[in-house]
Amino acid sequence: MSDPATAPDTPHVPPHVPPHVTVTNLRIAARGPDGQDIVIVDDVSFAIPKGEVLALIGESGSGKTTIALSLLGHVRPGAAITGGSITVGDAAIRSLTPAALRDLRGNRIAYVAQSAASAFNPSRTLMDQVVEPALIHDLLPRPAAEAKAVELFRALGLPKPDTIGQRYPHQLSGGQLQRLMAAMALITDPELVILDEPTTALDVTTQIGVLQAFRAVVRDRGTTAVYVSHDLAVVAQMADHIVVLNRGRVRETGRVHQILQSPRDDYTKTLMAAAHPVVEAAQDKPRTAPVPLLQIEGLTAGYGRVDAQGRPAVPVLRDIGLTLHRGEILGVIGESGSGKSTLARVIAGLLPPARGRISLDGAPLAPGLDGRSRDDFRRVQIVFQNADVALNPAHSVGQILKRPLAFYHGLTGAAADARVAELLERIQLPRTLADRPCTDLSGGQKQRVNLARALAAGPDLILCDEVTSALDTVVGAAILDLLADLRRELGIAMVFISHDISTVRAICDDILVLYSGDVVDQGPRAAFGSPPHHPYTDLLIRSVPEMRPGWLPEGLGAPALPPIDPLAGDADLCRFLPRCNVRVAGLCDRIAPPRHDLAAGNAILCHLEEGPLAVAQRAEALV
Amino acid sequence: MSASPASRPHAARNTLLRMIAGRIGAAFLTLILVSLVVFTISDLLPGDAAQEALGQSATPAQVAALRHEMGLDRPAYVRFGSWITGLAGGDAGQSLVANMPVGEIIRERLPNSLLLAALTTLVAVPLALTIGISSAMNRGGRLDRALNVATLSMVALPEFLVATIAVLIFSVKLRWLPSISMLPEQATWGQFFETFAMPVFSLCVVVIAQMARMTRAAVIDQLDRPYVEMALLKGLSPARVVIRHVLPNAVGPIVNAMALSLSYLLGGAIIVETIFNYPGLASLMVNAVTSRDMPLLQACAMIFCAVYLLLMLLADVTAIVANPRLRSA
Ligand SMILES: Nc1ncnc2c1ncn2[C@@H]1O[C@H](COP(=O)(O)OP(=O)(O)OP(=O)(O)O)[C@@H](O)[C@H]1O
Ligand code: SF4
Ligand SMILES: [Mg+2]
Repeated sequence: MSDPATAPDTPHVPPHVPPHVTVTNLRIAARGPDGQDIVIVDDVSFAIPKGEVLALIGESGSGKTTIALSLLGHVRPGAAITGGSITVGDAAIRSLTPAALRDLRGNRIAYVAQSAASAFNPSRTLMDQVVEPALIHDLLPRPAAEAKAVELFRALGLPKPDTIGQRYPHQLSGGQLQRLMAAMALITDPELVILDEPTTALDVTTQIGVLQAFRAVVRDRGTTAVYVSHDLAVVAQMADHIVVLNRGRVRETGRVHQILQSPRDDYTKTLMAAAHPVVEAAQDKPRTAPVPLLQIEGLTAGYGRVDAQGRPAVPVLRDIGLTLHRGEILGVIGESGSGKSTLARVIAGLLPPARGRISLDGAPLAPGLDGRSRDDFRRVQIVFQNADVALNPAHSVGQILKRPLAFYHGLTGAAADARVAELLERIQLPRTLADRPCTDLSGGQKQRVNLARALAAGPDLILCDEVTSALDTVVGAAILDLLADLRRELGIAMVFISHDISTVRAICDDILVLYSGDVVDQGPRAAFGSPPHHPYTDLLIRSVPEMRPGWLPEGLGAPALPPIDPLAGDADLCRFLPRCNVRVAGLCDRIAPPRHDLAAGNAILCHLEEGPLAVAQRAEALV
Repeated sequence: MSASPASRPHAARNTLLRMIAGRIGAAFLTLILVSLVVFTISDLLPGDAAQEALGQSATPAQVAALRHEMGLDRPAYVRFGSWITGLAGGDAGQSLVANMPVGEIIRERLPNSLLLAALTTLVAVPLALTIGISSAMNRGGRLDRALNVATLSMVALPEFLVATIAVLIFSVKLRWLPSISMLPEQATWGQFFETFAMPVFSLCVVVIAQMARMTRAAVIDQLDRPYVEMALLKGLSPARVVIRHVLPNAVGPIVNAMALSLSYLLGGAIIVETIFNYPGLASLMVNAVTSRDMPLLQACAMIFCAVYLLLMLLADVTAIVANPRLRSA
């Protein structure tokens, strides 16, 4: 099937040292629904010298995981390796018997899965699972394996290393599970570790510690590694070599410096550009209307029953205030669980707040859906992260868009058809798509249709909840451009919710940072460009990987935090206290923080003044 | 199972005990409701034991006198009250037809029924597990497809058909087995086998098929989870993956399926016991219906319901104990 004579040279490997891992002309196909073979990996070749890290980078569906799994001699059901060769050390993977493969897996070659939360067995203790590879390959007796696991837990910076193994997966956070999975991979001292997007499911601030832990242990042990990722900036921290993949083919191979500094392939250049979204922001024209489009004051919301003091049983948002003018975009950022989506639900009327006022164009908006008029509904539209869930698979694109047209504007027949065509043009999709079922669309196209449906209502305000988070960088960047166009040309205001501060900084006029339901930092975009920031904003900004090797600090995890009173736990204290690296004992753990303005124009919720914050954050920047 | 997590093992055990206590309470409540229903329904059945005992030629006066003697003319709630308190104290009343305590009749039959059920379970459960698991592990393969066809056709076969065909073949044609299942006193192993072979076989056919199909579904549901791929990539053999990783997660649904199927045995037993003339509880109940022997009927019905609830309770508790989320919530 493949012709070895055409195998490309691997320029970065000196010819006299045999590489540790060699993949030549690899070809993997899957049987499609119509019985036709679909090639999912096509003629892929690369080599990794011993002890180095190679990154496989590409968008979703580019075949990264498929290639990574093939190094373990594994293909997912329905697919098969149809050509090429894979060697790891002295083992020719494709010619091994199932028993020989089992000897290799979890022993000489180990795998760290994308989502540790689902890759651990929910009903067995973590220690049981972590030592299992060492036990089944008869490498260590159980007590020795457990001792080694505890050592690894410590090396990976896990809390309570002596007892954490007795827990079950549901009792730990995603970042902790990801580290435990690394411990499980390393317990047999493998010569090759395969890490498949090990930090994609994590918050940025969590990711950084996990990356540091991975890099430290892989380096200390001289392990060869394959690192699968779609994030170039992360790869820059972890890898020595990069293989850029697109639709199952290799676009470019090279050393990290070469690819990041002088990419040769067009596709690589597109990927690099998408990683730093640069969107044309609105000109700073003076605000004409004195009355803001959306104004929120003293908003407290949550889930469950509201008690006599107006506090819900599960409080989420505390005392939120914000204003948004016509044609502007307000970015809402915070980590998972901070209350971003709850805020959108409250504005949309899906969740009546416990306290506080929301007004639209100066007129108060009813808290719940029953109090709102059809025109209120029309003016505030919401678009969710997961377009798949929001679009009825049984309907065509045209049908989906015509429903709001009929509901809000009474448009039917030819008028509706014309409007659908206009909307499709607006979102840069071909008119012919109107008759297609939405199941035929790609992720990016679905998200555009989702947006068009909101536009069909003719809204003043669109709430965009993580609309680009499920998309690849290139596709997501195009959606950001579209949003900026809509705002500029139609004057629609948006609340743009995201967990990614670089996206928010690219597109928004004002930014609001949520931490555990508190607005901790709020102000114009310019104020987020340079310190001082609120300590949490600072952590967020510092945690976004930069696309230069060496950005990731050496060492393991965060440095020790200033000591505080361990009994502090009053609900009104600063919620960032347990993680704050500039906290002040006797103040932050005693008194609720005040809200005050910084010179750059943002208001922060913190005890520290401009001066001390600036000093501390400049010092960090130098480290 | 394995040790509870280090943090708050005590609290965890308490929640566990509280959940189980809750389930037991619910089962009791259901049993009381069921007793009401059983009583009401048997009360609504046409005809009564007095009429039945005296025959068609009896005068209305004679029937009324007997009714009074038997306590049948008291209001329903009084009869229910005395029945349920008696039942709670272990006294199920007097059989109206056999003229002896219901408890005594049942004590004679119950062991026979339990023996039949135990034998069927002993044969069916391991077979069903083996079929279900090997089917799941070979999903889409030849073995799976063959087993699929086999279990599907077995599910469709009613017991009476299986039993009748078995009798026709083994008793009538081949004359290997007796068509009536009476265990003689001091039976030899051979006699024991002869007695139970056909009844157990007839009951097993449907039950095995049901359990195997549900086991297969439960195992396949787990096999699609990412942790299974992870276990394979750790170098575990497929058999070990199933035993060490899949079964602990599938045990809840599997036990549930088993409990459901075994409770189905109760209904199957009525047919099989009748066909083979086996002196069990089910045929006793059928006799009680035909002779309008209400106390006996009610007692049998209550036993069947209690067994059913017990099986469900067992399944629930197993599911709770097997799930660390519930165990240490
Ligand atoms: N067993 C299979 N049967 C059919 N198609 C498959 C199979 N495995 C993968 N594919 C297809 O092959 C392509 C590559 O899949 P793969 O999982 O390797 O992508 P990926 O780059 O890891 O994506 P992601 O970033 O979403 O994890 C996709 O189009 C996928 O749908
Ligand atoms: S109030 Fe104190 S703990 Fe909170 S962010 Fe400011 S310095 Fe840190
Ligand atoms: Mg993948």
